[in-house]
Amino acid sequence: MSVTYLEAIRLAQARVLAEDPRVFIYGQDVGAFGGAFKATKNLAEQFPGRVIDAPISEDAIVGAAIGAAIEGLRPIVEIQFADFSMPGFNQIVNQAATLYWRTGVPCPLVIRLPSGGTSGGGPFHSQCLEALYAHMPGLLVMAPGTVEDVYSMLIEAVALDDPVIFCEHKLLYYHLKADRLPEAALPAGKARIARPGRDMTLVTYSAMVHEALAAAEELAAEGYQIEVVDLRVLKPLDTDTVMASVARTGRLLAVGEAWPWGGVTAEIVARVAAEGLHLLDAPPQRINAKDTPIPYHPNLWAAHRPTARSIAAAARRALQT
Amino acid sequence: MDDPIQCSTESRPSGGGAPGPGQALSMEADRCRSAYRWMVLARVLDDKLASLYRGGKIHGGVFLSRGQEALSAAIGVALQRGDIFAPLIRDTAGRLAFGETVAEALRTCLGSPLGPMRARDGNVHRGRPRDGLLPMISHLGAMIAVVNGMLLARRLQGRPGSVGAACLGDGGTSTGSFHEGINQAAIERLPLVLVIADNQYAYSTPTCRQFACQSLVDRAVGYGVQGHLADGTDLLECMRVLADAVGRARSGQGPQMVVARLLRLCGHGEHDDASYVDPALKESELGRDCLQVAEEILIGRGWATTADLAGWRHDAQAQIEAALAEVQRDPQPDPYQETWTAIASEGLRDGYPAPPA
Repeated sequence: MSVTYLEAIRLAQARVLAEDPRVFIYGQDVGAFGGAFKATKNLAEQFPGRVIDAPISEDAIVGAAIGAAIEGLRPIVEIQFADFSMPGFNQIVNQAATLYWRTGVPCPLVIRLPSGGTSGGGPFHSQCLEALYAHMPGLLVMAPGTVEDVYSMLIEAVALDDPVIFCEHKLLYYHLKADRLPEAALPAGKARIARPGRDMTLVTYSAMVHEALAAAEELAAEGYQIEVVDLRVLKPLDTDTVMASVARTGRLLAVGEAWPWGGVTAEIVARVAAEGLHLLDAPPQRINAKDTPIPYHPNLWAAHRPTARSIAAAARRALQT
Repeated sequence: MDDPIQCSTESRPSGGGAPGPGQALSMEADRCRSAYRWMVLARVLDDKLASLYRGGKIHGGVFLSRGQEALSAAIGVALQRGDIFAPLIRDTAGRLAFGETVAEALRTCLGSPLGPMRARDGNVHRGRPRDGLLPMISHLGAMIAVVNGMLLARRLQGRPGSVGAACLGDGGTSTGSFHEGINQAAIERLPLVLVIADNQYAYSTPTCRQFACQSLVDRAVGYGVQGHLADGTDLLECMRVLADAVGRARSGQGPQMVVARLLRLCGHGEHDDASYVDPALKESELGRDCLQVAEEILIGRGWATTADLAGWRHDAQAQIEAALAEVQRDPQPDPYQETWTAIASEGLRDGYPAPPA
């Protein structure tokens, strides 16, 4: 059996719907149509009345999910593209994220954001918005980069008592496959060493895990042993695992597909610099997408985001410092 | 709603009320007396809050309900225990009628850690979500969808029968979330009562800069919901319209939109002298003080005497003074006792930077 990243998302949702009567799915086209990416295919049929089509109203979609969470349900919201979460931003950051702190009433809901670029997606179907959400207190942010993680972390996200921003990567939907679904998962909030090494640490997440692994492979041919840390969860950030890795390697390159100003890679560099400067043999580095909207044409798109080649080049520079 | 305040026992319709001179009061009279007493309690509480604000005892803003008590009380008494209420910032009367206590209102305004918001949020941003009383965020239109979600959840859980009221001012109707919220309620045919207090100004902006339709109630048909107009200065009319709208929602007729016209008889907040309010509006029918109008109704119909009115006001004052005396003995919030975490999940707090050892 072979399971794709997208199929794992669908199976995780089917499992929580089957096991937890509090769960329902709400979003555009998620019902009989099965979702724009088919992440909810057949679920409306299997779970009548619990997979609900919404109008094109992200503010109201998230707002209603918050209300349902207050009433004890566990909504999963599918936002069709991460980019479309912006009209729902107010509800996410001002309503969902503040509720527990203000009132002591938890707000357990999962907001699935199909994130990241695919060739031809253009400026409004390609964004990686995890840094915006991680910035706001009261939200957990997950960015699984493997089939196993997207399955186990989605199940875990539904079980948590907080609003979870669940950043899926569209580029992985169809092409990333695993032999089977995991039976066990890493503990919540823990990063994973995706590849061990001793010369440099690449810290990354989501689809960039695979670019970083390919870069590490490329550099292995040149004699470098590169460690790749897959963060998995961006908030809370597993600083301990990152720091331990940097302690082993002495060099850091943080890799992110999101924009460069602020954000996850900046946070990694800041934390390592603040707490582990003495561990570093070279200045900590980071690589991100270019600081423009995401371009449409494949030639431009491929040059806009980090790739195995550009990551390897950045790593090489840092290794030679 | 419940009997959260001292004066409520005798003012409850079911409690019979104190009979008027030589006759048993009708149900309508009894309800009107009850609603009026919530209005007085709200007005006296507002006056106390204004005085505390001027005395420098309240941090941040104070937003009063003056002129809006009739509409607000009518909402509160139309709802039942177990319903949902998302008030706007001038709904002191409705909140009290719905079950908020004077003490929790005062505790929130004074920043007491013993209040429902534990000094983390203040003034009008108070509530108890699990009791159906929602603590508003400042983007008020966003509360509609939350009420929708609560109603939807109850339907999914097989617990129908409750009504949710969401309240906005005229300014709130210009937001995108208003449109999304009422449209969503209409699609799902939820028992939502959307109450719009068309109080002529959103802060300083007059309605002519807020919308161009003749009446906001005209929008109801466009959303496929039932619309109702009320004179927001007239307690009896507000009670009649709200009872009707809530009844229709409860009986499965879908969302109801109530638009009540009135004039805000205070500034946006106590920091605002409202000098921009058109004097002609103040002199118009809209500028009537709903509290006085209610008193004229009660006296005119023989439902209360002037001695009753004075007694009720005195009771309200005594109740508020007693609550204030209690609340003023509350401890101050202590930053060293604060958890400083916005995350409910154990072990998932982002612990950076680590606190000093």
